[in-house]
Amino acid sequence: MQTRKKIMQTALAIAFGGVLMVPTQIWSMEAEDAPESVIIDSLANLYTGVEFNHAMHVEYASCQECHHHTTGGAVVNPNCARCHSNSGEADEVTCTGCHEKDRFNKTYLRTLEAPELYHIDKPGLKGAYHLNCISCHETTSGPTGCQDCHTMTLAGEKMFDTGSHTPAKGHSAPGH
Amino acid sequence: MKKIVSRRNFIKGGLAGTATVAVMKSKETQAAHSFEGYPDGMGVLVDLTRCVGCRSCEAACNKEQGLPTPAKPFDDYSVFQEIKHGEKRRTDETAYTVVNQYDIPELDHPLFRKIQCNHCQEPACLTSCFVNAYTKTPEGAVIYNSKVCVGCRTCMIACPFYIPTFKYSSAFNPRIMKCIFCYDTRLKDGKPPACVEACPQEALTFGKRNDLITMGRQRIRETPGKYVEHIYGEKEVGGTAWMYLSSVPFDQVGFDTHVPQEPILNSVKDFLAIVPMVLTIWPGLFAGFHLLATRKEKIKEQEMEKKEEKA
Repeated sequence: MQTRKKIMQTALAIAFGGVLMVPTQIWSMEAEDAPESVIIDSLANLYTGVEFNHAMHVEYASCQECHHHTTGGAVVNPNCARCHSNSGEADEVTCTGCHEKDRFNKTYLRTLEAPELYHIDKPGLKGAYHLNCISCHETTSGPTGCQDCHTMTLAGEKMFDTGSHTPAKGHSAPGH
Repeated sequence: MKKIVSRRNFIKGGLAGTATVAVMKSKETQAAHSFEGYPDGMGVLVDLTRCVGCRSCEAACNKEQGLPTPAKPFDDYSVFQEIKHGEKRRTDETAYTVVNQYDIPELDHPLFRKIQCNHCQEPACLTSCFVNAYTKTPEGAVIYNSKVCVGCRTCMIACPFYIPTFKYSSAFNPRIMKCIFCYDTRLKDGKPPACVEACPQEALTFGKRNDLITMGRQRIRETPGKYVEHIYGEKEVGGTAWMYLSSVPFDQVGFDTHVPQEPILNSVKDFLAIVPMVLTIWPGLFAGFHLLATRKEKIKEQEMEKKEEKA
């Protein structure tokens, strides 16, 4: 199924590629270079991982809307364009390649103190995923609820006192 | 001529003496008051534009601090409609942090505001506590020691943010319940508090307080129109470790914008400086007056005794 879709896409890309090709994009990545789907589960604990349909999202957004300047396309955000208007395709385009998994660990926080560093406010991996997905989903009526994208695990139910861990009716916190 | 020190003059003299010392002293206290907070103190920058009201922080705090199981699960969003005594939810002995929803007429989506202890640079709770149950640690946390607490609850009145709460269920073993920045379990090892780690949106950013201010300013500067040009907590009550960014004026999202821009301590410092002086200077001063006033009488008495002996 996925292969057929891919073949179709590649065929379409080849058919229209020549027409759409703009000189500035010669050195940039194209949508068909990207994987069909990505499993996002490196942080999965309270929720199950997400199977992200990359191919579907390519139809909704340009590469740089999610990948910033790394795919080599024209940068929209003027703050990024100050340095990255001509920086071309980066060696690393994946989220995990740039966004720290353990965003608040001591060693990483110390690297942010470098006086010349501009990227002092780069979200961690979890923040990057959610900020990117939810902000866009809000404007495009995509799913925004927690469990719309990933179902809660048993560990999650325990954390949120829900599902199989919902307190019995009438049971309330001690005190008062 | 017999000079009588009247009661009125006696007290006048005492007050004048104290006032003189107080004036001399207040210069000293002002010079001493330039504490800008610990340079490496940590903090959290809360970005209200990022919060989606998922309550993950509340759940994480509850587990980390071993607080009682709530009546409603943490994925129950009906709590945002709860109003008690005409107010939105607030911290209590079962919750060190709560998130409240604010419907803003100009926006097509609500804003959410998380409340917890703001960990002031110069905490009013600490100042008000006469048994020194509170400590501001170099890491930035305001922690509390229940072993010395006598349960007077002055800290609850002193706090400009109404954060400390009393555990009424154990009134004979007094205990104030408030966020301690996860000091024991995390902060002292350089780790972020549980709520920050749980936040999916990175609405809570943990870092050195000084770095967070730079970061907050960068966000305001680089996304014009997105934020109100103010970091709440940078200056409020002399600065707090937890600071906030908002897209609407802060009073619209439940913040008290009338808190002083200097530490609460400054409002009471002059008075507090007099208290130890009254206790140490007055007894000596008045004893001296008393001795002076009664000296002549004593001499007279002695002379009379001598005359009687001679007679």
